[in-house]
Amino acid sequence: MMDTHQKHGWKNMPEELGSALLNLIRLTSTDLPPDVEDALQRARRTERPGSAASTALDAMLRNTKLARQNSTPLCQDTGTPLFYVTHPAGYSTRMLRSEIEQAVAEATRQSLLRPNAVHPISGENTGDNLGGEYLPTIHFTETEDDALTINLILKGGGCENVGAQYKLPDENLQAGRDLDGVRRVVLDAVYQAQGRGCAPGVLGVAIGGDRASSYQASKQVFLRQLDDHHPAPHIAALEKDWLAEANQLGIGPMGFGGHTTLLGIKIALLHRLPASYFVTVSYMCWAYRRRRLTLRNRFALFS
Amino acid sequence: MIHKLTLPLKDEDILAMHICDEVLLSGTLLTVRDTAHKWLIETFIDNAQPPSAREKAILEDLSPVLYNGAIYHCGPLISEHAPSKLKIDQVHFLSAGPTTSIREEAYAHRIMSRFHVSVLIGKGGMGAKTLRACQQTPAVYLHAVGGAGALIAQTVQQVHAVYQLEFGVPEAMWVITVKDFPAVVTMDAHGQSLHQQVADQSRAALKLLTLT
Ligand code: SF4
Repeated sequence: MMDTHQKHGWKNMPEELGSALLNLIRLTSTDLPPDVEDALQRARRTERPGSAASTALDAMLRNTKLARQNSTPLCQDTGTPLFYVTHPAGYSTRMLRSEIEQAVAEATRQSLLRPNAVHPISGENTGDNLGGEYLPTIHFTETEDDALTINLILKGGGCENVGAQYKLPDENLQAGRDLDGVRRVVLDAVYQAQGRGCAPGVLGVAIGGDRASSYQASKQVFLRQLDDHHPAPHIAALEKDWLAEANQLGIGPMGFGGHTTLLGIKIALLHRLPASYFVTVSYMCWAYRRRRLTLRNRFALFS
Repeated sequence: MIHKLTLPLKDEDILAMHICDEVLLSGTLLTVRDTAHKWLIETFIDNAQPPSAREKAILEDLSPVLYNGAIYHCGPLISEHAPSKLKIDQVHFLSAGPTTSIREEAYAHRIMSRFHVSVLIGKGGMGAKTLRACQQTPAVYLHAVGGAGALIAQTVQQVHAVYQLEFGVPEAMWVITVKDFPAVVTMDAHGQSLHQQVADQSRAALKLLTLT
C-alpha cells in the first residue's frame, strides 16, 4: 500500500485526504454549483415579476447567496450522501471507505450535515449519518488516470420520494415499448411529482437495465453538468424536446404554477433483457448539491 | 398582495388571505414533524391512557402556542450537535426549510380542531381533509420555499424550548420566534387550493401532449 501512496505522491494519505473530504462535504452542502445557480437565474427572468413563481425563485437565489456567504447548509435536508470515487490501480477501497465515513461523521458533528440515518424499523437516529454498508452510498471505479476523483451528491428525501420506475408497456399511460412510450412515462413522472420534489428540478432518466442498475444510472447522470448534452445527437435532442414539453405542464417553481418546472433532463441508456423494458426516473431538487474533489500529485482541486 | 402578520392571528386576518397571496409571518410557533404528529394525537386526542404529569405539563406549555397559532412542518439543522448536552439558550437554527406536508394529512385536521390552530406551514400542500379543516377553523396553509433553509433560518430570532427531544433533533417539537418568515398562501379558508388548481391545469396540459 505504501508504495502506491508514494507513487501517487501520498506520503500521508489519511490526514490529507481526511481534510480534503471534509472540505468537499462543506462545499457541497453550502455552495450550489455555478451551472445550477445560472439556470435558476435564467428561469427567474422567464417568470412574471410579482408572481408566486418569481417570488419562489427569488428566495432560492437569495438562499443560495446566504448559504455561501455564511457557509451554512443550503437546505436543512442534507439528504443521502452519494459518493462516486474513481481511483488509480492500487488504492484500497476499504481504506477510502473508512476515510469517507470518518469525514461524514465529522461533517455531521460540525453541523454541515443533518443527522439523517435512522433505523428502518425503530426509527432510532445513529446521530452521525453512518448506517452500515449502505449509508453513505459509495461507488468505486478504477481508472487509468493517475488522479483520485471523488464526486459527492447530496440527494434530499423530498425529491427522492417523487422518483419512479415504470415497466413498458404501460397500458394506463398508453406507453408502448418505444421512444414515444418512454416520453409518456417521463411526462407522467413530472406530472405526478408536481412541485413536491422542490421544483424546478432535474430529471435523471434511465432507459433499460434491470430494476437496480436502472435506478443507479438514473442518479449517476446527476454528475453531468446542466449545460452539457448527451454525446449521441439523437438522445441529446430527446433531452431538449422532453424538457420543453415538461415545462409546458405549467407546474412551475414549488408547484406554484409557472414556466419553469424542470431545469434539465439527462438520459442514460442501459442494455436490457429482451423481456424487460424499465424506464427509471430520478428527480433532483433545485438544491442540486454536486461537487468534485480531484487529487493529483498532492494537489487538491475542488470543482 | 402581501400580508404582514403577527401570531396569534385573528379570524379576520385569516379570512382576508387568498391563495397566491404572499405572507411575512412573525411571532412564536411550533415545529412538528411525523413522529410528533402521531404522538400529539395518541397522547392528547385518542388518549388511550390518561396523560402523565409530564405530558400534562407539555400540554399546558403548548396549548397557548397553538391556539390561533402556527404549526411548521420542519426538521431543523441546529448548531448544537450532542442532544444530550444541549443548552437551549445556545441553540441556533442553521437551516430550517419546510418538509413535505402531505405525510401529515391523516393527522393535521384533528390537531387543528383540537388545538384551534390557525396556520400550517410546510411544502407540497395538503389534501381534502386539511382543506375542509381550513374552512372550519378557519385556517390557512402557507407554503414556504422548499430548500430555502438558510434564508428561513435567518428569520428565526429565538429558540425558546424543545419538547420530545428523544425523537431526535429533526422530529422534536421546537418552540421558536420568527420575524418576517416568507411564505405563499396555497390553501385558504375559502376552500381554494392552488395545488388543486395547478394539478388540474397540468393534467389538461398533459392530455394535450399525449393525445394519440
Ligand atoms: S427536496 Fe431538496 S430542496 Fe427540497 S427539502 Fe428536500 S433536499 Fe431540500
